[in-house]
Amino acid sequence: MQVNEYKPKIVAFCCNWCSYAGADLAGSNRLSYPAEVKVIRVPCSCRVNPMFILRAFQRGADGVILCGCHPGDCHYTSGNYYTRRRMALLFSMLDYLGIEKERTRVEWVSAAEGAKFAATMNDFVQTVTALGENKRLEDLRCKK
Amino acid sequence: MQRIGVFVCWCGSNIAGTVDVVKVAEALKNEPGVVHSANYQYMCSQAGQELIKQAIKEHNLTGIVVCSCSPRMHEQTFRKTAAAAGLNPYMVEIANIREQCSWIHKDMAEGTEKAIVLGRTAIAKVNLNAPLTPGESPVTKRALVIGGGIAGIQTALDIADAGFEVDIVEKKPTIGGKMAQIDKTFPTLDCAACILTPKMVDVAQHEKIKIYSYSEVVDVKGFVGNFDVTIKRKARYVKEDVCTGCGLCTEKCPMKKVPNDFNLGMDNKRAIYIPFAQAVPKVATIDADYCNMLKNGKCGVCAKVCTANAIDYTQKDEFVEEKYGAIVAATGFNPISMDKFDEYAYSQSKDVITSLEFERLMNAAGPTAGKLLRPSDGKHPHTLVFVQCVGSRCASCAEKGKEYCSKICCMYTAKHAMLTRDKYPDTDVYVFYIDVRTPGKQFDEFYRRAVEEYGVHYIKGMVGKVSPEGEKLIVQGSDLIANKQLKIEADLVVLAAAIEPDKSARPLATMLTASMDTNDFFTEAHPKLRPVESPTAGVFLSGACQGPKDFPETVSQAGAAASKVIGLLSKDKLTGNPCVAHSDEMMCNGCSSCEKVCPYGAITYADKEFRGPNRTTLIRRVAQVNEAICQGCGCCTVACPSGAMDLKGFASKQIMAEVDAICK
Ligand SMILES: Cc1cc2nc3c(=O)[nH]c(=O)nc-3n(C[C@H](O)[C@H](O)[C@H](O)COP(=O)(O)OP(=O)(O)OC[C@H]3O[C@@H](n4cnc5c(N)ncnc54)[C@H](O)[C@@H]3O)c2cc1C
Ligand code: FES
Repeated sequence: MQVNEYKPKIVAFCCNWCSYAGADLAGSNRLSYPAEVKVIRVPCSCRVNPMFILRAFQRGADGVILCGCHPGDCHYTSGNYYTRRRMALLFSMLDYLGIEKERTRVEWVSAAEGAKFAATMNDFVQTVTALGENKRLEDLRCKK
Repeated sequence: MQRIGVFVCWCGSNIAGTVDVVKVAEALKNEPGVVHSANYQYMCSQAGQELIKQAIKEHNLTGIVVCSCSPRMHEQTFRKTAAAAGLNPYMVEIANIREQCSWIHKDMAEGTEKAIVLGRTAIAKVNLNAPLTPGESPVTKRALVIGGGIAGIQTALDIADAGFEVDIVEKKPTIGGKMAQIDKTFPTLDCAACILTPKMVDVAQHEKIKIYSYSEVVDVKGFVGNFDVTIKRKARYVKEDVCTGCGLCTEKCPMKKVPNDFNLGMDNKRAIYIPFAQAVPKVATIDADYCNMLKNGKCGVCAKVCTANAIDYTQKDEFVEEKYGAIVAATGFNPISMDKFDEYAYSQSKDVITSLEFERLMNAAGPTAGKLLRPSDGKHPHTLVFVQCVGSRCASCAEKGKEYCSKICCMYTAKHAMLTRDKYPDTDVYVFYIDVRTPGKQFDEFYRRAVEEYGVHYIKGMVGKVSPEGEKLIVQGSDLIANKQLKIEADLVVLAAAIEPDKSARPLATMLTASMDTNDFFTEAHPKLRPVESPTAGVFLSGACQGPKDFPETVSQAGAAASKVIGLLSKDKLTGNPCVAHSDEMMCNGCSSCEKVCPYGAITYADKEFRGPNRTTLIRRVAQVNEAICQGCGCCTVACPSGAMDLKGFASKQIMAEVDAICK
């Protein structure tokens, strides 16, 4: 039997105030999730420019997840509302371009939700693994 | 090219247990820009920090990456370490290889590989870091309190007692707010005036407090520590500093039919008036809508009787400009209008009144000198019906009522019912309620006393209709517990009207760039952890303008807001967060997209000169970020269509470099 060795590349953007702290809490509680997930810390989820996500897919990421504070709890009051609207647009455009909707996700994770962070990442990695490699936007010039 | 030092921490076995730290330090050596790489058991310890300092000096490092625990833990520590060695603290990046690596992975190979990627990512970012210096701004050591109700009064007194100057701007001729109109206060039933008026006198006499009564804020510019405020002093046609408040003019004025708004129109005042005996400042005001002299130049009685020569019919609105370091909104609330609630016959019968009107009827200084008399015929009412939640908790009647619970009505209705039964044991008192909500110290006990000791009839159910019939008011309602329809012949009906923020709060919030919820209550910087601050730095919230509140809550919040103001004014300088937005003027086309999404109003526009072709000069509108106001969320950077807006410390290039490093 052939063992599936495929490991996806996952970029996770986390806002500093809730989700990054939630990720830290997952660590403090030793709740494991796959090492494929690499977190980039941003001040607020609304700092994430659609360009960053496109860039990730171009560079060969297989999934991008964006985590912020729960609606109403954003450290900057309204940032995550912008995130929600912007990403809804971007993700449907990406879907149209052939990047399946399952490869992108926005999730609200509070600083107290270490368990939710780990569970979300486990689930996301599983979903993306099932989809396999993302070849659609990958810029081959970036490959050595 | 940067000269980067990498420092990999073992954190005892916390990291070293699942990450091969030596291998990580070795692997990161070859990353671009790295000139030094080391590992140590505890980087955050004294010895670890020394090691970093030495390396910075020895290798002339221009940036460092510490692979350790979360930046939320020790970023500050390592920034200080860097600063101590002469390196700009913002040239430090942390790779979180503990909480987000060693603690979640069990396999050494997996942990090590991930730690290398995380280190590489941080290095990619540091390569693009630039030294940052936090901006500093001076603080004007004076506060402005807008609204002179109990909230504003308490906030002003607390700030002034700490030694800072405070100005109160009150739109009415006197401070005091709703508390001055209320008779007795739950749950102790002490008289409101007895506890309020001494505080009003304290305000008047405090050497640090200045009152701008009959005044409004018309413009606010600037930012935390440095607000420029324009205050409009409305003409009262009486020289405030000359008037002695003797009240002679208010007795002699021939214009007797002016509705007395302090008594909610239930009696009349003169065209020149002092709202009530203990008003502060105790100065007369002329109502220009009614004064014959002002309207057609015929009269002048008040000027003739005034021995102090305080009357000035030529007075004009005056505009004063003042500087403040902090602003407190304390604009309070008002009961909503009952005009649309026809089912309760409020506009048809004088004997259907609101709870605030009831307070005035029970008040010894009120229109009936404290005797409970029907407004229509001055007779003593025997059967009283109180209706709770009129316009509150009414999602289905949003066009006239409010969705939220007004919070104070259950308690003041119990108070009203109890006071009525106490003073007039011959009365029958009914209270219609949806729920009785009495969380609070001594609150439920208070309500139970109304029911058990004073025999108030509490009926769970809503009133469907009130119809005037002869001298009586027929109240039709349902009793949900007995499951029957009721018809009560009442003499007086009292409506516990929902409360809403003052109408002037919305334009004020716009001036302050403070945010509001859909109900026009001011929103707090954080609903749980920063309840007395507005999201706009330097603007604080006190009292019922933030949400429905009773006196104890209002006063606690007023004190809390004062302590925040004192904390701010105690500083000589404010150091900002250097990770703020910055606009590239060459790229900006002045489209205003950034300004629209900024939650703080930190972005303004200026016309700037640029060199055009052939030695011409072009003038272009460009965005400018006020670094003292910007909190660094970065929302504007995404809204900017031309890519002119960027965030220092989290620049687009830096984040893209991180993305690249992860996806490599
Ligand atoms: C009928 C009734 C009975 C009550 N009984 C009790 C009780 O027994 N016990 C109890 O604890 N609580 C009681 N309350 C609640 C109590 O009245 C409030 O908690 C309290 O008044 C809130 O104080 P405040 O200063 O926030 O608001 P307010 O008292 O409304 O004061 C706000 C002040 O700001 C001024 N203002 C508004 N806008 C501006 C502006 N733009 N510029 C300048 N000035 C402005 C207003 O003129 C006013 O003077 C009762 C309320 C009602 C309606
Ligand atoms: S700070 Fe977490 S989403 Fe804005």
